[in-house]
Amino acid sequence: MDKMNEPILEVKNLRVSFKTYNGKVQAVRGVDFHLNKGETLAIVGESGSGKSVTTKAILGILSKNAIIEEGEILYQGKDLTKFKEKDFYDIRGKEISLIFQDPLSALNPIMKIGKQITEALILKEKMSKQEAKKRALELMKTVGIPQPEVRFNQYPFQFSGGMRQRIVIAIALASNAKIMICDEPTTALDVTIQAKILDEIKEIKEKNDLSVIFITHDLGVVANMADRICVMYAGKIVEVGTSEEIFYSPAHPYTWALLSSMPDLETKDELFSIPGTPPNMIFPPKGDAFAERNQYALEVDFEQEPPFFKLSDTHYAATWLLHPNAPKVEMPDILKNRIARLRREEAESIG
Amino acid sequence: MAEREKILEIKNLCMEFPVKRREKLKALNNVTFDIYKGENFGLVGESGCGKTTLGRTIIRLYNPTSGEILFNGRSISGKLNKDTRKYVTDNIAMIFQDPISSLNPRMTIQEIIAEGLSIRGIKNKEEQRRMVVEILDKVGLLPEHAARYPHEFSGGQRQRIGIARALILNPSFIIADEPVSALDVSIQAQVIKLLLEMKKIMGLTILFIAHDLSVVKYFSDRIGVMCKGQLVELGDADEVYKNPLHPYTRALLSAIPEPDPIREKKKKRLYYDPQIHDYSKESPEFVEITPGHFVYGSPSEIEQYRIDLKEGINIFN
Repeated sequence: MDKMNEPILEVKNLRVSFKTYNGKVQAVRGVDFHLNKGETLAIVGESGSGKSVTTKAILGILSKNAIIEEGEILYQGKDLTKFKEKDFYDIRGKEISLIFQDPLSALNPIMKIGKQITEALILKEKMSKQEAKKRALELMKTVGIPQPEVRFNQYPFQFSGGMRQRIVIAIALASNAKIMICDEPTTALDVTIQAKILDEIKEIKEKNDLSVIFITHDLGVVANMADRICVMYAGKIVEVGTSEEIFYSPAHPYTWALLSSMPDLETKDELFSIPGTPPNMIFPPKGDAFAERNQYALEVDFEQEPPFFKLSDTHYAATWLLHPNAPKVEMPDILKNRIARLRREEAESIG
Repeated sequence: MAEREKILEIKNLCMEFPVKRREKLKALNNVTFDIYKGENFGLVGESGCGKTTLGRTIIRLYNPTSGEILFNGRSISGKLNKDTRKYVTDNIAMIFQDPISSLNPRMTIQEIIAEGLSIRGIKNKEEQRRMVVEILDKVGLLPEHAARYPHEFSGGQRQRIGIARALILNPSFIIADEPVSALDVSIQAQVIKLLLEMKKIMGLTILFIAHDLSVVKYFSDRIGVMCKGQLVELGDADEVYKNPLHPYTRALLSAIPEPDPIREKKKKRLYYDPQIHDYSKESPEFVEITPGHFVYGSPSEIEQYRIDLKEGINIFN
């Protein structure tokens, strides 16, 4: 393994459940992935697929009724699942930082912006007030906030949505974390603001040599950001691959369905809609969780969970369709046409 | 092409909200456009551009400050008498963005959907029951769902209920205000397909308001782009996407994330700076630059747009 592909974080067979009055919700059911140094890994899935829970487990901020049933989260040789609350103080913000989805609820409404950025610096980096302020102003400039001196003394309500998200990013950057987890950082924002924030995250990532876990349900955003992609469904990773592999040669029917249920600017074909709703995770289905909504489901899908089949060194998918004995099926037309079009365009632009 | 029948004409519509004493926010500033019978008209723009205000003003949730709205040739702006109000509510229906907060949690689905019927004088319970079951079937829900409460449904199902409520009165015009933005991708496609199907069966005209441009492009025949209370560009969906003229439209288009990693990584984003317009010498107008394609700009800008059109526009490289 060369140095570029050195994993900085490894999640092994992670299982997380939540105790509720109705029963045990199995939110994450055996998730394996690793984050390489300097890469952006995207985790894609619908709401309830367990993507946020996975990252919360990494930072030890799961709610009280959550149980980590088994698995390991390895960071610098240490297993984060064994950590006590106190041990996390050295990890959160310092080593791994988090950008939340909703910038309004992530900020304290009655505390000035400046103080919210300097707080971590004074507490963790043991900076003096002046030093911290200087650093905070620098950070605000990095994330593209005009007039940082004026803005330093303002409250969150005086900022627009995009500006607030920039502040949240500034706070996340404050203590030179090595890993940044972005949990749907642009879902609440307009497309133009989203584009700006994404560009900034990319730029900052390059400059500070960060590794990024990017959680989203928007596949367009993923195409822009990710080096590698994990597709999650019902608490499991169903397909993992480089961004090119996932978009140009997807193999799992759920990935097909996701890709073909969103229109792009050229789409004229009928959209493909996934019938039904995600399964109830108190009683996760036997076999492949996606089988019930899957028009390509085989009999074995309802009986037995599919293992990962290897497509390339980086590309794996958990579907029985890849089994040598499985019948050959084709992806939906809308997706086939799109991929053919993309390939054609690409060939044209090169040739 | 034969002259198409206009279902809705909007002329110089302005809508102001008082913010502070003597201060007013111009949410809509001289908006003029028509919607033809049977088309899907998409309205896009960032939050705060006035697209929702426009929808709500058309259905008369707001009283416009000035301007005129004609529905099937009949004026529905200004003060409404009882007759005209009934005309508006009978013919125009609205589907809201948030399927959770737009349904009363203490009413059953039967009550929610039949409320409009009771108001319109169909009070016979048997008759109501029959109509609700019929419409539930149309939007892909089951008859037994009628007795349940909104919290028992998923987001996509709630949006179906919202659609059923809008359709039960047989309206001819639907205002769909961000009907899919609160839903997951896989459910979005279900709801879009349902709307298109309903349109076909019931012969609807739909005003589709959204900020997701790829969805709007997919859904609409014609598109209007709004910026700061003004319509800045209007035209056939394909035309606007192929030849975006106004810098704001170009910025919006370049910001759409597309499911294509190679193109995405090469793409240069355009940013819109409202300062580039110099309207101190020439006053801007909404001009029809090619048949059916309107753009907002001063005469010199329009001149530039014409040159752009001739030379061909490619914002993606």
